[in-house]
This record gives sequence, structure tokens and C-alpha cells, in this order.
Amino acid sequence: MRLELRNISKRFGAVLANDHLNIVIPSGTIHAIVGENGAGKSTAMRIAYGFYRADSGEILVNDEGREIRAPLDAIALGIGMVHQHFMLVRPMTVTENIVLGAEPGSALLLDLKTAAARIRALSEEFKLAVNPDAVVEDLSVGQQQRVELLKALYRKAELLILDEPTAVLTPQEVEEFFTILRRMREQGKTVVIITHKLSEVLAISDNVTVMRDGRVVGDMRTSDTSAAALARMMVGREVLLRVDKPPARPGAAVLSVRALSIAGRRGERRLDKVSFDVRAGEIVGVAGVEGNGQTELIEALAGLLPESQVSGSVAFGGQDIRALDARRRREAGIAHVPEDRHRRGLLLGFSLAENTILGVHYRPPAVSGVGSVLLNEPAIRRRAELVIREFDVRPPNPALPARALSGGNQQKLIIGREFELPPVLLLISQPTRGVDIGAIEFIHRKIVALRDSGCAVLLVSAELEEVTALADRVLVLHNGRIAGEVDPARVTHEQIGLLMTGGLGPGKVEGLGPSDAEGHA
Amino acid sequence: MKQLRDLLFPLMAVLCAFAVGALVVLFIGDSPIETYRLLLGSALSWPDGIGYTLFFATPLIFTGLAVAVALRGGLLNIGAEGQLYVAAFATAWVGITLSNLPSALLVPLCCLAGIAAGAAWAAIPGVLKARFGSHEVINTIMLNFIAVALVGYLTQYHYRTPGDPIMESAPISAAAHIPRLGQFIPGLPARIPLNVAFLLALVACWLVYVLLWKTKWGYEIRATGQNPSAAEYGGVSIRKEIVLTMAISGGVAAMVGIKEVLGYRYRYYDGFSDNYGFTGIAVALLGRNHPVGVIAAALLFAVLQRGGVPVDAFTQLVSKDIVLILQALVILFVAAEAMFRRGGRRQGAGGTI
Repeated sequence: MRLELRNISKRFGAVLANDHLNIVIPSGTIHAIVGENGAGKSTAMRIAYGFYRADSGEILVNDEGREIRAPLDAIALGIGMVHQHFMLVRPMTVTENIVLGAEPGSALLLDLKTAAARIRALSEEFKLAVNPDAVVEDLSVGQQQRVELLKALYRKAELLILDEPTAVLTPQEVEEFFTILRRMREQGKTVVIITHKLSEVLAISDNVTVMRDGRVVGDMRTSDTSAAALARMMVGREVLLRVDKPPARPGAAVLSVRALSIAGRRGERRLDKVSFDVRAGEIVGVAGVEGNGQTELIEALAGLLPESQVSGSVAFGGQDIRALDARRRREAGIAHVPEDRHRRGLLLGFSLAENTILGVHYRPPAVSGVGSVLLNEPAIRRRAELVIREFDVRPPNPALPARALSGGNQQKLIIGREFELPPVLLLISQPTRGVDIGAIEFIHRKIVALRDSGCAVLLVSAELEEVTALADRVLVLHNGRIAGEVDPARVTHEQIGLLMTGGLGPGKVEGLGPSDAEGHA
Repeated sequence: MKQLRDLLFPLMAVLCAFAVGALVVLFIGDSPIETYRLLLGSALSWPDGIGYTLFFATPLIFTGLAVAVALRGGLLNIGAEGQLYVAAFATAWVGITLSNLPSALLVPLCCLAGIAAGAAWAAIPGVLKARFGSHEVINTIMLNFIAVALVGYLTQYHYRTPGDPIMESAPISAAAHIPRLGQFIPGLPARIPLNVAFLLALVACWLVYVLLWKTKWGYEIRATGQNPSAAEYGGVSIRKEIVLTMAISGGVAAMVGIKEVLGYRYRYYDGFSDNYGFTGIAVALLGRNHPVGVIAAALLFAVLQRGGVPVDAFTQLVSKDIVLILQALVILFVAAEAMFRRGGRRQGAGGTI
């Protein structure tokens, strides 16, 4: 199916989200639309799907002008969309989810058998292996995404719009996902992927449209471009895709973790006798497929897990800190940038100023007066202004609620707050998840600068490139254990990938440095 | 801009309620203009109208404030009714038992006893939630029944004057009485029961405002209410905050019992509360969980309550049930508006550009 957006404009209040867009998506291709957050790419595709109505312009499907007033119109035309956040009913089965809204059978009776058979045929045809009888909440994220794809295919979609489809996938799942997309193209489907990951654009797409500030700034065959060229078009200036950092000059061990084990809520083992050190002035990266114990490791070190779930020893500056709660640990100089900024890191309804004191809100300078009870508003404001200035948070208004900021600016606010502690040890998880390229570069430079000022940094990221670019040493977690420690300058991603999936035992990868933990034990 | 909108929504709800109420009056066959003129005219006349309106508003300010504090901390306190009953009884108990004390000691002691009782009663569901995760809505509702039964029992079998046909305790010491405002305000007759508790209600609103928005404790309460995970990350003990917030809420609700005993009945009187604890939920909702909003909402409800009397007496067909209808309509429109707002936010959140 050929889709064309002609002269599409859309305004939200003062923001012109789409400014006379012209995008042509040829039939039977995989088309990438790239741009930073807020560039207008999601808006354009939501207009095509009938979620929004354009203020002006027209939509052509197979060269015919069409009115798309609502998603139902789009579906009737054969346009499907898979959102970044899945729209699945978690306690229901795969089949029930797929037929939802298009239930087969008579008016009263639901005919799930026929539906299940059709779903099996579809998964066969597109190699989308999913058990139609499985309950959605038991499925992995990658499988849930397949359910979303099947949902669109079940509704006879000829063109699929995928919004940031790989954001939630592990590297292995991304590969499988790309295979599925290629399979769809072979079967004559048209695929549009909205993304800001350039490596994926180059790996999968036939054509690419680059957007910036609501306009199309580039439109080309993927084979004719490069990551650097795309990044320049997206950001509007030259972007450093590599992190420039001088070699680390590590000092004494700041954090010493020995035989740390963590039990989950139901008693299952999330982390199994992990031992490592983080020294002053170095960045230790933790690589691994998500869900292999990284979250628990960071939460345990930050003092956010109940002591009963944690065993082993954690020494910070030579002192055992296992008995300290989150507040005492922060007082000792452990800063924490959490992996999920909305769940942990921010009070979305609070102002930026109020957010910049979270964690230090109970002591001067945030409070003053008798017994340090009253909030010191001028001091809080000054702190907020400092963070906003140092970390280029936009818009720079301390009175705005945190909710009003884009993801990248929210992240800069959190990082700025934690850097202000100032930290002796920084625990930082997914520092650039959902953040624009320009801001990624900025955040990376700040982390390296913090390291060079003598701070110990423990970095967890699902982006392998980020870990290898930033870290001085990389620990690979698999199944709650350290599968190996590698020197990021001397190994390939494939080798780390093997460790991440448990493909190799420790010590078998070339470039594997001597493990600090073993050295001390 | 945002503050303006926050004001606008409740105002719209009230106007809509009055508009639909007017239709009801028309349908009955009376004049809406005449009805509303009677209602507002009598509620706002000096001194009887305003005196009684403020008197009626006093308990609603306290309970509205109590519910609002809890909601700011992420807790729905449906137990203000029970809390104000145990507080009233504790207040009366001190007023009877320590009757030898001078006024300067007895009044503060009575107040302290009432607040402590209300706070402790509210802390029970707080502890249950913090320790076992049981939901405060269920526990506060159940504790209402227990509170009413408990103080009823104590009154009936232990503190009733023998031979008194009414379910009430013996009178408290005269030293424990708090003065009526008529003593200080020229033109306000002493027969109007409006007393200094009204001023205490305003002070309580100011104190709660300072607590919530100007102190570190309030910061922690609001942070817990807004996002417990983030508060925990910020070094706040969620369990402690739950108990503390419930206790503060119960302490504020307790003021209703205190004002009833020290300023109006001068004894514990069984079943004195006109569902103040439950109306407080509507007051907090209409007042946007803000102390100033709570005052405004309580005044509105009090106007309706005061204005209903002449409507009953001086119209042909409309009974004072029109007040109940108007109250119900206000609550309905406020609730509908809350849904509308939430829907709007969801759409907004989806609208990434």
C-alpha cells in the first residue's frame, strides 16, 4: 500500500507540530521516520492513523485522497498501528486480545475457535510464533509486541505503523523483530517505523525520512546515507557519536561488593553472590539483557530493598552500609539516577524546584529556621536555578511542574539534582533512555567529567553501545551472576552479547581482564 | 492561568447545580428566582443568616480539611465521622472528670484529649495499612461503626445522668465552655451559637496550609501522596507517613467533636453529628483539597443548609429537600468534572508531538 501525506499541518496550541509535511511511503517497503523527541514524527503518523486530524493537507492511499477521521477509518483502509506502549488487556489471552473490537461469531456468542485458527495461520505465514492461548501478562515484552503485530494483521492491515518498536526489546529480540519485518515486506506489506535509533534505521529500512521541528529535512534511500549524516540532519549540527574520554585514573576502591545475593519478593534469586569493586575515578559498566538482576543490584546499593531480601556485604568507603536506609546512604554521598524516571525519579506534579530537593529536602540548605522545619524557598529556588543552568533544562522555569518537561529534560533535571549532592559514588541506570541525541551527548560528557573529578560511577544501561562507550570496565550480568568482566576497548559487541546470553563461561572471552573481585578475595 | 482554571471548574459545577436545581423547582411549579432569593437572602442576612451560616460551616471546614489533608497524602479518610465521635467523648470526659481545674487549664486539656483521641482513632487504619497493607477506606468505614457503638455504650452505661431520658452525658464543667462570638461582636446576639471554634477552623486551615506547603513534613506527606516510589527513593519512610497523615487528619476531624462539646452542647450528646464526616468528603472534593477551597466549599454547603429553612416555610410547593437536591447536584457535577479532567489529562499524555 502506498501512503502519501501531502502538505499536512497540525498545530497544538502555540506549537506547530507538523509544518507542511510531504511524506511518500512507497508500497512494499520498510520506511523509517527519524527525528528527535518533539520533531513531529509521531504526530504525523497519528494523523495518518486517524488519532488526530490535520489542520490542513491531505492523505492519499494508493494515490486516492482519503478522509481519515478516526482509527476505525484507518483500519478499514488497511492501516494498522502499534504504539510504543502496548495496548493489551493483560489478564486476557492472546486470542481474546487480538479479536478485541472485532469479535468473531454471532451477535451474542463469541467464536474464539475460528479466531484462534486464523491467528495460527497468520503466525505461520509471518513466522510470528505466539501461543494463541497464552495469557498476555505471562508473555515477554518481545512476545507481547508480536501480539500487537498479529492484532494489526488480523484486521487485514496492509501498512503497519510502528512507533519506537525496539525501545522495549533486548538486542536479541531486536534481531528477531527485524527478521519478522523483512518477512512482512516479502509478503507485500508496507512498514513504517518511527525511531530515533540510527543503527536500526541503517539495518532495516529501505528509505528514510528525517524530521526536525515539525518539518521534513531529509528524504533519501537508506543506502545513500550514514549515521553521521542522519544525526547531523536530526539535530541540525555536527554530533559526536563517540564519547571522547581520557583514560581513567582510578584511585582506591569506593564501593566493595562481596557475595551479594538478592532474593525477589517471592523468594526467587535475582542476584547470586556477586562481587566487584568500583574505584574512585572510574566508570564500571554493567551490561546485560534487562531483567538479569541489574535493577535489583542498583536498588539494593541505593538502600531501596528491604534488608531481609539482601545478603552478602556492601562496603562503602570501608564501612559496611547494609544497615543504612536510603536517606543515610545519600547522606554518605551515594547518588542514584533511577532507571525509571516517572516511577522513582520524579514527582511529576511537583515543581522543578521541589523536585531538585527530593532526597535532601529535610536538611539545610533546603530547610531553615528553628529545628530546620520550614522549607527555605529562596535557597530551593537558587538550587533549582543552578541545576537548570548547569544541565540546560528547558524550559528554564523552576515553577513549572515536572510533568511539563520532555523526557530528555526530565532526565537532565534528575541527573543535575543527583550531581549536586555531590556524589562520592554515582549509581546511574539507563541514563539516556528515551533521550534525544543532542542530550545524550551532553549527559555522557557530564558523566565522564564527574568521573574525572574523582567520583566512582556504576553505570547500568540496556544500550550496549552506551556501556562500551562510557565504561572503563564492563561487568556482564547473566541470570543474576557476573558472567564475565571485559575491557570495552578490547572486545566486540558480539563477544559481550555471547556473555549476556550465557553463551560462554567467564574467562573465555579474549580481552577479559583480571576480575577485581577475585583479586581481592 | 492554572490557578484560574482550578477556580473555574468548581464554580462551573456550582452554577450547573443551581441551573438544574432551578429546573426542578420549575417542574414542581414554583418560581426558581423566588426560591433562590429566599434561600440566599436568608442565609446571608445579618445577623441571623450569617451567624447561623458560619455556625453550620464550622464543622464542615474541619471535616473537609481533615479529608483534604489525607487526600494530599494519598489516603482516603472516610472515617472522620468516627474520629469526631470519639474526640467528642474524650473532650466531654475530661470536661466532666477534671471539673475542678480553672478554665485556662481545662479548655486546652479538653482540646488536647479530643485531638489525641481523634488522631489515635485515625492512626489505627494508618497502622493497619502501613503494617499489613490493608486498605484504609474499608478500615475507616468499619471504625466508624465501632466508634459510634463504643461511645454510645459508654454514654448509656457509664456517663449518663440517672433519670435523664436523653442519650447524653452529664454536663461538663462551666470552666470548659468556650465563648460565643456574640460576646465580642456588636450586633451579633448571644443566642446565636456561633463560637470561637469558627475562628479556630480558619486558624486550622492556615496551619494545614503552612504544614503542607511550607515545611519539610508537608513536603514528605505530599510526596508520598503523589508518588510513593519516588518519595521512598527520596529517603521518606512511606509507612511513617501513612500513620502520620492519618493521625493529622483524625486530629483535624476531632475539632468538630471539641467544638460541639465545648461550644454548643456543653456535654456529650449521642448522635450529634449531622453526617459531618461524610459531607467533609464532598467539601474536600469541591474545595480541591486546598484549605482555601475547603473554606469556600464549607460556606456554600452551610448557605444551603441555612437557606433551606425559609424555603420550606415561605414557598408554596418547594420543601427544604431542595437543599438536598442542590447538595447532591453539586457533588454530582464536581464528580463528573473530575472525570472530565482525568479524561482530558489522559488524552494530553498521549499527545506526544
